[in-house]
Amino acid sequence: MRHRNVKNKALLGGIMLLAAAGIAGCGSSGGGKGGQVIVYNWGEYIDPDTIEMFEEETGIEVVYDEFETNEIMYPKVESGAASYDVVCPSDYMISKMIANDMLAELNFDNIPNAKKNIGAQYYEQSKGFDPENQYAIPYCWGTVGILYNKTMVDEPITSWAQLWDEKYADNILMQDSVRDAFMVAEKLNGFSMNTTDPQELETAKNSLIEQKPLVQAYVIDQVRDKMIGNEAAIGVIYSGEAIYTQRENPDLEYVIPEEGTNVWIDSWVILKDAPNKENAEKFIDFMCRGDIAVKNFEYITYSTPNDAARELIEDEDIRNSEIAFPDLSKFNNLETFVYLGEDGDALYNELWKEVKSN
Amino acid sequence: MKNTAKKIYIALIFLFLYAPIATLMVLSFNASKTRAKWGGFTFKWYTRLIQNDDILKALGNTLLIALLSSVIATVIGTVACIAMNHMKKRTRTVMMGITNIPMLNADIVTGISLMLLFISFGFRFGFGTILLSHITFNIPYVILSVMPRMKQLNPSIYEAALDLGASPVSAFRRVVFPDLLPGILSGFLMAFTMSLDDFIITHFTKGAGVDTLSTKIYTEVRKGIKPEMYALSTIIFLAVLVLLLVNAAPNKQDARADKKQAARF
Repeated sequence: MRHRNVKNKALLGGIMLLAAAGIAGCGSSGGGKGGQVIVYNWGEYIDPDTIEMFEEETGIEVVYDEFETNEIMYPKVESGAASYDVVCPSDYMISKMIANDMLAELNFDNIPNAKKNIGAQYYEQSKGFDPENQYAIPYCWGTVGILYNKTMVDEPITSWAQLWDEKYADNILMQDSVRDAFMVAEKLNGFSMNTTDPQELETAKNSLIEQKPLVQAYVIDQVRDKMIGNEAAIGVIYSGEAIYTQRENPDLEYVIPEEGTNVWIDSWVILKDAPNKENAEKFIDFMCRGDIAVKNFEYITYSTPNDAARELIEDEDIRNSEIAFPDLSKFNNLETFVYLGEDGDALYNELWKEVKSN
Repeated sequence: MKNTAKKIYIALIFLFLYAPIATLMVLSFNASKTRAKWGGFTFKWYTRLIQNDDILKALGNTLLIALLSSVIATVIGTVACIAMNHMKKRTRTVMMGITNIPMLNADIVTGISLMLLFISFGFRFGFGTILLSHITFNIPYVILSVMPRMKQLNPSIYEAALDLGASPVSAFRRVVFPDLLPGILSGFLMAFTMSLDDFIITHFTKGAGVDTLSTKIYTEVRKGIKPEMYALSTIIFLAVLVLLLVNAAPNKQDARADKKQAARF
């Protein structure tokens, strides 16, 4: 009996071995003639076809790697564990990397498409974290706003203050991340979302605590499914998600609140000790080409800062969408996150803990 | 009355265990990408899965790493057990303690310290570093399951084999090893599962362009997990289920045969 059992387990192991060997055989890797470029980007943040097109056109092999949050990307890049060339972090993380001298100054002569195609207003907005526009080339951007279900509210939503309205008790979804949650409370109180003033932060914290009983849930990506499924009336959401949710549920409406909001920008940067700087420049330049950027826009559906790409969008509704391409000059108090230093981060985390445990 | 309560209890356990998996399986046939809406029945995620080289490559890496690391860890772990068995009691206890610590360590600590170690020795991060770290964290599990088996062995049997003229190697191979085998196999299977499961250590020790399933799935979190992953999980679940059923079927016959035999005596 026992021996029989053992034999069966061995059989099981054998089958797994065969399966492993069979599947592993499929993977192949080839070196490019033009060397390689090692790219570290967000997951699902590029149309895989564009990578293949780049490899075919230039003969440069792309080693492509993905991360899931800025915070998990940073220690990997900082430690030098895998020597990356091109990375695509968000605004505040870029200012942190600049502060820690991890980025290479860009030579825009080698990246002509970046100057030609990326709209001036995005470089202007980038100055919040890259004051001289020396390090970062915008790749994707968006706003944070309120998504609401027209059938579940009886007035137009225009303001963050409505997230404090008791009418919507248990129907409100807030973002479950420190900076995003505090941004809402800071804008509500008229502060900068990059403030480190303890008094202002105390006020913002109290607002969040006051709001807490009304909140149905603090969520990250569940906000999409919950809003599509009519599980909540209003939620804080990233504009890139808003278009997708609207496509799934036409009752949903996205609005940038009148008190201002966060304009986030994910940008290409080249690392200071990148082993393949020239190829990195070629890669970024390729991604800034209008026909490539539009492919990526259609795949990712987050707003592209690439004006040439926007011209190429076939769907007129999307090209002129107020959600995807709001005119930034029409809004007040738009800001972009910057790195607050270790003390600032610690203070925010401390206060956020108080909110969550209250 | 007592029986119904028992049945309800078991049903509840199965419900809690399998409701999430069932949800996932149902969603893998959902034509709409969101869980909130049923868009009709479809096989499209399965066809897309087969066409998705990245996912298949990640699956291949996962299985290969799990297999290699658990085989190597099983060999090293078993040899270590033999050595520890011949130590003095105190050294053995100390050694057991040392091998147990990595299991208690949080994965993230193991991951980061391995990463730092590899950096300081100038390793190139990639498949090799993942494999090395998986072997490392697998060894304690093998030792943990082989050691108790080892202690149950009667040392006199091995000595008797030597007395009867067996060389130490063949005495081990033909006398000790068969008795250890169940422990070794369960250690191997445990190591295999631990390796399949692991995300955080893999994340910190992997290089650019190498992914296992868990790291691949995790990168999709921001943009929403793709239904292809539901399809893949469904296939894996069914494959394991079939293997288990195939595995269990002959045992039933065995059990019956055993009973018959028992009845005869």
